[in-house]
Amino acid sequence: MSYAGTERPKASMKRFVRHNDESPWVRWTLTGVALVFLGLFLVVPLLAVFAEAFKKGWETYMASISEPDTLAAVKLTLLTAAIAVPLNLVFGIAAAWCIAKFHFKGKNLLMTLIDLPFAVSPVISGLIFVLMFGAHGILGPLLGSLGIRIIFAVPGIILVTVFVTFPFIARELIPVMQAQGTEEEQAAVTLGANGWQTLFRITLPNVKWGLLYGVILCNARAMGEFGAVSVVSGHIRGMTNTIPLHVEILYNEYNFAAAFAVASLLAFLALVTLVLKCALEWKSDRSRRQERMR
Amino acid sequence: MSVEVRNVSKAYGSFQAVQDVSLEISTGELAALLGPSGSGKTTLLRLIAGLEKTDRGNIFFKGEDATNQSARERKVGFVFQHYALFRHMNIFNNVAFGLQVRPRKNRPSKKEIRERVFELLKLVQLEGFAERKPSQLSGGQRQRVALARALAIEPEVLLLDEPFGALDAKVRQELRRWLRDLHDRLNITTVFVTHDQEEALEMADRIVVMNEGKVEQTGTPEQVYHAPANPFVCSFLGRANLFRARVPGDQAADSMEIGYIRPHEIQVSMHRYDRTSVPSVINHIYTVGPTVRLEMTRMDTGEPFEAEMGRERFQELGVRAGETVFADLGDLKLFGTKPGGNPGMNYRPVRQMQSVGADVQPANR
Repeated sequence: MSYAGTERPKASMKRFVRHNDESPWVRWTLTGVALVFLGLFLVVPLLAVFAEAFKKGWETYMASISEPDTLAAVKLTLLTAAIAVPLNLVFGIAAAWCIAKFHFKGKNLLMTLIDLPFAVSPVISGLIFVLMFGAHGILGPLLGSLGIRIIFAVPGIILVTVFVTFPFIARELIPVMQAQGTEEEQAAVTLGANGWQTLFRITLPNVKWGLLYGVILCNARAMGEFGAVSVVSGHIRGMTNTIPLHVEILYNEYNFAAAFAVASLLAFLALVTLVLKCALEWKSDRSRRQERMR
Repeated sequence: MSVEVRNVSKAYGSFQAVQDVSLEISTGELAALLGPSGSGKTTLLRLIAGLEKTDRGNIFFKGEDATNQSARERKVGFVFQHYALFRHMNIFNNVAFGLQVRPRKNRPSKKEIRERVFELLKLVQLEGFAERKPSQLSGGQRQRVALARALAIEPEVLLLDEPFGALDAKVRQELRRWLRDLHDRLNITTVFVTHDQEEALEMADRIVVMNEGKVEQTGTPEQVYHAPANPFVCSFLGRANLFRARVPGDQAADSMEIGYIRPHEIQVSMHRYDRTSVPSVINHIYTVGPTVRLEMTRMDTGEPFEAEMGRERFQELGVRAGETVFADLGDLKLFGTKPGGNPGMNYRPVRQMQSVGADVQPANR
């Protein structure tokens, strides 16, 4: 609470310290409220997941996560992320590159479109794809006659995941790229670099932390997405269930131990993501501070 | 390599940055684009580099039309105002970049690149800094890295945008001399942009004075300083007092023209020597190092102006603010007098003036 006091220059410190230095009682109450809130809403539920998961012992836990349907769900989730994240990496870089480095008509429209998946509810996103590719949809019958199934099959799950996670990388990159301006790219061009060389040797290395951060967030969402995937998946056990869908099924069957065991996998993934994110923020902060040193 | 700009225009939206500019820079010349901010000098430089597209007009390198070539094809060395060093690369890789990105068939071997980079680092006196990151260098050092990087591709034209703009006064002085020497050694056609008249006068073989997107005058430092074409050039290059003077015409029809006189050309004395001396009141006295600047007002017209003299002369006079002295404006010159012409010719109309600027107008400094 005494932040203002410590940051002010010495001369004026005395005057301001008193105004900003709240009494210990107020400080402890505020800090306490924040901590209790954090504990109740974040830490306790997380602990509960792990506690429930291990309630019936390590063996039950291992048994529930090595069950074939669960393994299939894990595989499908990994496959989905492995396809959606690289695709969005390419789309995201392309979109951010043209928005941040070039001037063109319709730029604002493009930015709005990128945000679209954030703006619509995931369930709606799923429905859009059902309307497009479903048996009674626009493209469904045509694709069906070619023997391609999208809805209630793996391609549909991947498509909606790509759609829902589209904004993460682009959104992360655009402000970073805009802040860096285009001077370095111009310098590269005057030195004879072509477009690809400029992208891979100048632009991307300069945004690597933002890029990694975007990939981590995108990955977390790709693995955790429920709503949109639920609409298009069809919930076929061992076939079209991702981890979140599988958790729901197990839970609805009152198979709590297994549901929490599988949920703990996702929770564990979330923790890893958070740790990675923290580490990245710390690293990029440090490299930025080094740049500013002179 | 010679550079020619022919009738080039460039607008950003409704703002006309460069308007119908033509100029020629011959091979090996060191030219300065001088002008206030917003005069279009940087835009012109970027147009020459190919970083901006011309709206109208053509740009020639060595007599060949390069208007439609991209910046990449023009192969000019460009040094950005804020250097634009690649912040994630060390100095070695910054300088080597231009060689490393060449197509494989023209790319020198790793060993050759290494040799070339160290040669360049030696040239800019930064041999020991190859492993450092740009963020670990001072402004002057970064500037030299940027220069080495631009020179690595062996450009025939070197373009510098405000090369010393971001440096402090002392480093700027040193780098100016150093760059001038470097130019004399390498003999690359060089164009630099500056808003600092002293920098332009000191370094350039030729100065292109720009204002509001147009070229006001092109000439040697001598020409633009001593024979400015118009009031703008005159007041931009050093201090000047502008007076309107009556010039006797050929057929007794006097014409009014704007003349100028530099503060140091005004003789200040306690007595009236000539018809061109005017009584003036001293308002303020400023001492700037070895020179003393007097802010005065003419008593006949009430116009303010400025005179300058050495410290010794000032002490000899022994005047104080508020006193009345005589200022000799006999050196008043008219614009458009031919540079290098008979100096007597330059002065004559002024000497024949019927009282210097009877109705004198804007003392627009």
